[in-house]
Amino acid sequence: MKPTIELRAAPHVHSGISVPVIMRNVVGALLPICAFSVWQYGISAAALILTVTASCLLTERFFSSRTGLGNTLADWSAAITGILLALTLPPNFPLWMGVVAGFIAIALGKSLFGGMGFNPFNPALVGRAFVQGAFPSTIASFVPSYAPQRFTEFVPSTLTAPLMQAADNSAWIGHAAIDAFTGATPLARWKFENFTYSAGDFMTGVVTASAGETSAILILACGVYLAMRRYLDWRIPVAVLGSALILAWAFHLAVPARYPEPVFVLLSGGLMLGAIFMATDMATSPVTPVGVWIYGALIGIVSVVIRYFGGLTEGVMYAILIANAASPLIDQMTQPKVFGARSR
Amino acid sequence: MTSLVSNFDEFMDGLWKQNPIFVMVLGMCPTLAVTVSAINSISMGLATTFVLVASCLLVSLLRHAIPKEVRIASYIVIIATFVTVVDYAIQAISLELYEALGAYIKLIVANCILLGRAEAHAAKTPPVAASLNACGMGLGFTLGLLAIGAVREIFGSGMLFGVSLFGPHFQPWVIMVLPPGGFFVLAGWLILFAAIKARNSSQLSSGERALEGGKS
Repeated sequence: MKPTIELRAAPHVHSGISVPVIMRNVVGALLPICAFSVWQYGISAAALILTVTASCLLTERFFSSRTGLGNTLADWSAAITGILLALTLPPNFPLWMGVVAGFIAIALGKSLFGGMGFNPFNPALVGRAFVQGAFPSTIASFVPSYAPQRFTEFVPSTLTAPLMQAADNSAWIGHAAIDAFTGATPLARWKFENFTYSAGDFMTGVVTASAGETSAILILACGVYLAMRRYLDWRIPVAVLGSALILAWAFHLAVPARYPEPVFVLLSGGLMLGAIFMATDMATSPVTPVGVWIYGALIGIVSVVIRYFGGLTEGVMYAILIANAASPLIDQMTQPKVFGARSR
Repeated sequence: MTSLVSNFDEFMDGLWKQNPIFVMVLGMCPTLAVTVSAINSISMGLATTFVLVASCLLVSLLRHAIPKEVRIASYIVIIATFVTVVDYAIQAISLELYEALGAYIKLIVANCILLGRAEAHAAKTPPVAASLNACGMGLGFTLGLLAIGAVREIFGSGMLFGVSLFGPHFQPWVIMVLPPGGFFVLAGWLILFAAIKARNSSQLSSGERALEGGKS
């Protein structure tokens, strides 16, 4: 093997970070969250994560071979989409609907735009938005965490036959014998019953939620790891969480009886998962330093506004999709001044 | 014989090669709005076909009489006349259907396929060819609407022409009967046709290459 000398223009120093390396690390950072989800919800969550990821990988394979991109599975991005998508769904979500979500995420969210890097919207959220629109009642029904039979029995709705309505889970939930299970997420209980949970409930994940959004502290730890390795832009989660915190704090100060404490807003729902793993998608976020702050703040503010004033209980998904749509505009408006150029 | 062939071509033009929905992408307003079910799609398509054939025939007959300066207004008057006829006819036949299609029957007058056909084809063509072309266009439009409407009805309510396909436990895909579903299904068909076209043209060009290779 003869050493070859390549002639290249400056800069010559390569950081050693490539797209597959970043993506592999993100998958690695998602695995603890998946593991915790399986610990909480048992084999149903495991089956959902595997099925959705498999659906994403097969769809990616199908389209990339047809569009001449070659085998794009090796860059791991489709696997990330699949895992993230599964983590945003209820753990008892019917598997066939998970397959639909995975197909739409990759086909509509990514492949039709030309594959990785060309997608204007976060693919996982495109898939979730589709199933939210298609199956609005199924996606809003949950099972309790830590049910004793979770490792031996599937939740009935998980194994629903394709194209059929989700099976009834009430017997399974009754068998779990958990007191006072309402089936409502903390955000829904706050919205309709004005009931708030303590911060400790969110840390241990005893609340009702989607498969991967229960433990804020675990998500945060994985995010800190990725930010320290510089695999994600730390400014985006800081801007999202910071703006949500400030806005929620202002509302709480103004009308404490109506609006919950700011920490509830930060820890509940998908805000943490969205801020760290979805808002930071490199293809759909701005690149300019100022633009990143605007983008993050937009997500935080829209999330809180939808939660407080919208018809839905959770707004993080739509907030990120709206900010994705605004991201090219933000980039254009925040172009840094060329060195030496005169200001107009 | 040749006129028979050319007349047949006129008819097939709109059905496939210049399909109003999938090739020309015209008349998108009714395409997205009324294709919630197969029966709505067919009714809308046939109503449009009637207006299209009748107005193109009349425009073609009057093509030497209509002054160039006022032709658009004249076409619109002709089209509006037949739309009014269809509007009353549907109301008389089925009030249920009339309510399902709503304002979109009256909006046939604003459908760009009609004015487009009158201006681009009927005004320059003798009556037989013009009405055959209009008939093909109308049926092509109906086929296009049916293709979208059938998919949306199957996924959106588990039925086709009101007949249940999957039994009572079918989970309807709510999004399919909402406006986004119309866009998704239309886009899906357009992608499919574009893919077929791309494959055919690449086969064609590779065939030509093989031919040239054989020559040299």
